[in-house]
Amino acid sequence: MPIRNEKRCHKVSSKTFFWQGNEACVEAAIVAGCRFFAGYPISPANEISEYMAVRLPKVGGIFMQMEDEIASIGAVMGASWCGVKAMTATSGPGFSLMQETIGWGFMTETPCVVVDVQRVGPGTGQATKAAQGDVMQARWGTHGDYSAIVLSPNSVQEMFELTIRAFNLAEKYRTPVMVLTDEIIAHLREQVAIPPLEKIEIINRRKPNAEDKIFFGLENVAPMPSVGEGFNVAVTASTHDEYGVRFTADPKVHRRMLEAINNKIKKNVNEIAEVETHNVDNCKVGIVSFGCTSRAVYEAVEAAEAKRIKTGHVRLKTIWPFPEKQIRLLAESAERIIVPEMNLGQLYYEVKRVACSSEVVPLNRIGGGEMITPEEILAEILKGE
Amino acid sequence: MAETFSSRNYMRDLRLPFCPGCGLYALSDTFLRAVYELGYKDLSNFIFTSGIGCTSWIPSPYFKADSVHTLHGRSIPPATSIKLLKPNFHVVVFGGDGDIVGIGLSHFIHAARRNTDILVIMGNNMVYGMTGGQVAPTTPYKAPTTTTPYGSFEHPLDAAKLAVAAGAAYVARWTTVHINELKESIKKAIQLQGFRFIEVVTQCPTAFGRRVGFKDVGEMLKWFKENSITVKQAEGMREEDSEGKIVVGEFIEMRRPTLVENVYALLKEVQKSG
Ligand SMILES: Cc1ncc(C[n+]2csc(CCOP(=O)(O)OP(=O)(O)O)c2C)c(N)n1
Ligand code: SF4
Ligand SMILES: [Mg+2]
Repeated sequence: MPIRNEKRCHKVSSKTFFWQGNEACVEAAIVAGCRFFAGYPISPANEISEYMAVRLPKVGGIFMQMEDEIASIGAVMGASWCGVKAMTATSGPGFSLMQETIGWGFMTETPCVVVDVQRVGPGTGQATKAAQGDVMQARWGTHGDYSAIVLSPNSVQEMFELTIRAFNLAEKYRTPVMVLTDEIIAHLREQVAIPPLEKIEIINRRKPNAEDKIFFGLENVAPMPSVGEGFNVAVTASTHDEYGVRFTADPKVHRRMLEAINNKIKKNVNEIAEVETHNVDNCKVGIVSFGCTSRAVYEAVEAAEAKRIKTGHVRLKTIWPFPEKQIRLLAESAERIIVPEMNLGQLYYEVKRVACSSEVVPLNRIGGGEMITPEEILAEILKGE
Repeated sequence: MAETFSSRNYMRDLRLPFCPGCGLYALSDTFLRAVYELGYKDLSNFIFTSGIGCTSWIPSPYFKADSVHTLHGRSIPPATSIKLLKPNFHVVVFGGDGDIVGIGLSHFIHAARRNTDILVIMGNNMVYGMTGGQVAPTTPYKAPTTTTPYGSFEHPLDAAKLAVAAGAAYVARWTTVHINELKESIKKAIQLQGFRFIEVVTQCPTAFGRRVGFKDVGEMLKWFKENSITVKQAEGMREEDSEGKIVVGEFIEMRRPTLVENVYALLKEVQKSG
């Protein structure tokens, strides 16, 4: 295959760069092995397409600007079935358009990465302003029963790291993985320290042996052939059995396949769900945060501790699958748990569901991309005093 | 090449699921016959994509080949990336009229515009067949359907003309009574480059024929035959005289740089300049 040029990208090497979040995302994707990108213009994700258009051809990859987001994610799925790591990037309106195909990806077990740079919604909302309103859409955006993997970086460094992780998880579990970022992290410029490239773990999908016939619906992840390799693979998002044959009415086949597709993720929450914790087992007040909002939380926690208030913090690097274990741990010691987020309360309900022994308090802000400030978070911490 | 043609040589051990008398049996068979006559003893040089609908079921999973059964109207974007990444394969798309020029219309136009190197075969039964016979963008003016019980008040789309206008490299339209012409067209299209489109007017006795008043399949085929005029004949006709006729034949054959050629030329150039 002419495209799978394994030539190392010449830009990234083991040193420190000063990058924008969206640029870090592109460089990370290339390091992870992404060689196909399709997208459609939308703020605040445009730079991802623009950098990709420059960078991909240099490493032997293909960039396509498609006629809309539905075509973009469709092209990404097709590329993945060619054995090529593929990605798209968008924001709220485009993310909404992609949902049907993302569901196709879950059902066909197609590895790929979708970056959602969140902006204010619903509707066109405020195109250039940050928000965190897609938490539930990223989890439940398409119809039916499925489990999603959604990662949430809170710095440019982490945009680099989690984009690579997104590809690795996609390949390992054969599933679409979403990077849920926001306008603030995407447009932030920060230092990014790149480790020696050979130290970066890169996972590639398991390929079938010549005699393999089962390509779908295994809890331990079925091997994935590519089209054109002679496997005669039948890919369909209609209910199918392990061989890819459609069963559009049989309840048993549907249940068996869906159980396997969901268990791939459910049974590996401990490995997939990454969190950063601070004082979870010894605090009076707890905070659960993610993405750009967590940056204000760090400052608020420091200020609270200066006032001798024991404050715990769970920062979700993986939002979905939801890291219940760590939230439960926090709830064991925190009487109150504050959930700051730039929406009208989404993660809040999930924390409340798990931390039922604590008082869970939402702290919300929407509109204009205005962040929740450290002072506001501190004031909420002090309310319990 | 196998001694004599048998569609079973190219198919999985499954029976096509179409209604008795459906034109899609002939379409499937004619495609495989064309493949056979080109000397392919199996489908290993082909990759298929299709959308959702009766026509889209032709390759998936019935053809013994790689087939990507996508969403309703969304077969062309994955076909695009597959052709780009597997340029040595014939990428063939099967879809219904609703699939290709209803919900998926924009992908169709853009693929023709880009001269994407794929062959799109559209089974035009003038209706949404799989969902039970609702009005489609191709339904004849005044024809009754389940959602136009008093007759369609919309004008149908001419997909072949549209493909020509959008930049397709090869466009033809035949009906299921033009099996030989259709087969020759498919053979030719497989060997050409760029965006190729073949529209096959096909009978759907269940969801269309019955409702518009055809007593049986034979009557529908007779209508196809008597109502068809050639591209040449249509050229000399006034618009109002050709309305309601099925114009059959080849609409265009044109060579211009294709998407694959353009993308690979760019790749080569960028890599050379480092
Ligand atoms: C997004 C979406 N909308 C609607 C449907 C329902 N649907 C399934 S098949 C079909 C119509 C198929 O008609 P056509 O493409 O003409 O194919 P035919 O069955 O006539 O060959 C529709 C509307 C769907 N599957 N997905
Ligand atoms: S509904 Fe119509 S198009 Fe579909 S299989 Fe039956 S006859 Fe054929
Ligand atoms: Mg139809």
